[in-house]
Amino acid sequence: MLDVDITGRVGTLDLEARFSSEAGVTSLFGQSGAGKTTLTNMIAGLIRPRSGRIAVNGTVLFDAEKGIDLPVQARRVGQVFQDARLFPHLSVRANLTYARWAGRRPETRDLDEVVRLLGLSGLLHRKPRTLSGGERQRVAIGRALLSDPRLLIMDEPLANLDQARRNDILPYLDRLCVEAGIPILYVSHSIEEVARLSNTLVILSEGRTPAYGPVAEMLARTDLGRATGRHEASALLEGTVTAFDPDWSLTHVDIGGASLQIPDRIADPGEAVRLRIRARDVALAVNPPEGLSIRNAFAATITSISSETGPYAEILCAVGGQTLRARITRASVADLDLYRGRQVTVLIKSVAIDRRQRAAIPAEANRDAN
Amino acid sequence: MDFFNLQPEEAQALLLTLKVAAAALAVALPLAVLIAFVLARYRFTGHGLLNALVHLPLVLPPVVTGYVLLLTFGRKGPAGAFLDKFFGVSFAFNWTGAALAAGVMAFPLMVRPIRLSFEAVDPKLEEAAKSLGAHRLVTFLTVTLPLALPGILGGAILGFAKAMGEFGATITFVSNIPGETRTLALALYTATQTPSGDLAAFRLTLIATIVAFAALIASEVLARRLRARMGDGNA
Repeated sequence: MLDVDITGRVGTLDLEARFSSEAGVTSLFGQSGAGKTTLTNMIAGLIRPRSGRIAVNGTVLFDAEKGIDLPVQARRVGQVFQDARLFPHLSVRANLTYARWAGRRPETRDLDEVVRLLGLSGLLHRKPRTLSGGERQRVAIGRALLSDPRLLIMDEPLANLDQARRNDILPYLDRLCVEAGIPILYVSHSIEEVARLSNTLVILSEGRTPAYGPVAEMLARTDLGRATGRHEASALLEGTVTAFDPDWSLTHVDIGGASLQIPDRIADPGEAVRLRIRARDVALAVNPPEGLSIRNAFAATITSISSETGPYAEILCAVGGQTLRARITRASVADLDLYRGRQVTVLIKSVAIDRRQRAAIPAEANRDAN
Repeated sequence: MDFFNLQPEEAQALLLTLKVAAAALAVALPLAVLIAFVLARYRFTGHGLLNALVHLPLVLPPVVTGYVLLLTFGRKGPAGAFLDKFFGVSFAFNWTGAALAAGVMAFPLMVRPIRLSFEAVDPKLEEAAKSLGAHRLVTFLTVTLPLALPGILGGAILGFAKAMGEFGATITFVSNIPGETRTLALALYTATQTPSGDLAAFRLTLIATIVAFAALIASEVLARRLRARMGDGNA
């Protein structure tokens, strides 16, 4: 769907990026200065790569060897910038429809539908200056969506917002990622957003792309600690809501081989959800413990133990067909005599899986897209 | 003599002044917008030279500018002869010549604020417009130009005022012919050179002041409306 293999140099940054991803949401993850914006600007056509090739859904946007270099206007890459970049002299409605009246792009998507999807109906006649940061960002997303894009790039759309605003806009992003029907490249340095929204994860580090692949697989890899940020290490579990217990306000989620209890009503029974479990929230026991406040305890098999020299060890456990990640001290590994293949009991506090660690599952593949 | 009615020669000078200034503005403003945009957005060899050339009339004595115009656009000047022969346009000692002199003198005063307002337009907004499919000219017309409009208005007013009051280059280039090149400023000068011309000079001073004042107020109202349309909260 999205094939990138380019090199280029901007300032002191040497970029050499290579990845390809399937439909759905691809996250480009990296620390500040890793070259994320440079890479997206090359894909959008704002910066010219030195060499290589960029293709979206089989359409070549750039190919140095064949001399193809579509100008920005012709690439049909919708961009949502960190700073929204709404046209201050135009109303929200004129901003949203800019690509139609100024860019001569066809009306492939219904304005009313986008307005509903992003909750913009009350804002149409306002000027950008009177909008809040979250509202501006939603308008910017709508404007890009209505430009008949073949790819949507979102460059840290939440970076300039405070946590409250982020929580306002995240549900819209969830829905967008499920319903957009076009590939989305989501740039972020927040593993939380990445885990929540994406299908494919591309890691960018110092201008290089050391690894890319399905997001759950990537998060389970222990060799990418430096690039993903140590304290953020986590695993993704996908499951189905089986019941909601109103007496204790807990949702029961079946993850295949075990059932988890999660605070609050997160979805209706039967719905698929994705849970992000941070490695530091997971504890291991060799015998099933008793008399604990921890509600989530289930059997798992150790599949890997990292061999590091610091105080910590990263342990991967298989539960059903999924992988869970635990960070415990190396001393514990020695004391409990943990080894590959050993059966253990996994303990997760329910309260660790709070609102920010879960979301509806993004569309696995937008089969009918383009 | 009724103090509140314009004398025929006063009305003539006033109308001529407005005509000369309007013509100068109509021709010079689009050119000033273009040059200002080029100076603001592009870096090229000769950038400094172009900038200096534009500002030359501002620093040269007006008489020098007028004399250069006379040499180039006069009946015997190369440009003047060419235009006369092929287009039948003559600048010599008529009101179009006065408009040319006014336009040249007002040009640098227009370019400066317009250039500043173009520089204040965030190029990132132009990038956004292009990513939405707008070509360069469309981007300019729908984003850059509207956002620079307050500065363009400011430049236009400054230019109009300068064109109305232009004296040195005009009198050198096209002389002081009643009904043809005698604008308010030249008429005032003539009055001061005439014995018993004090009253006439006073009346012309009054007229010039009233016109300038009206223009300033009109521009302020216009600028306020413009800012409100731009969505500026404090308009």
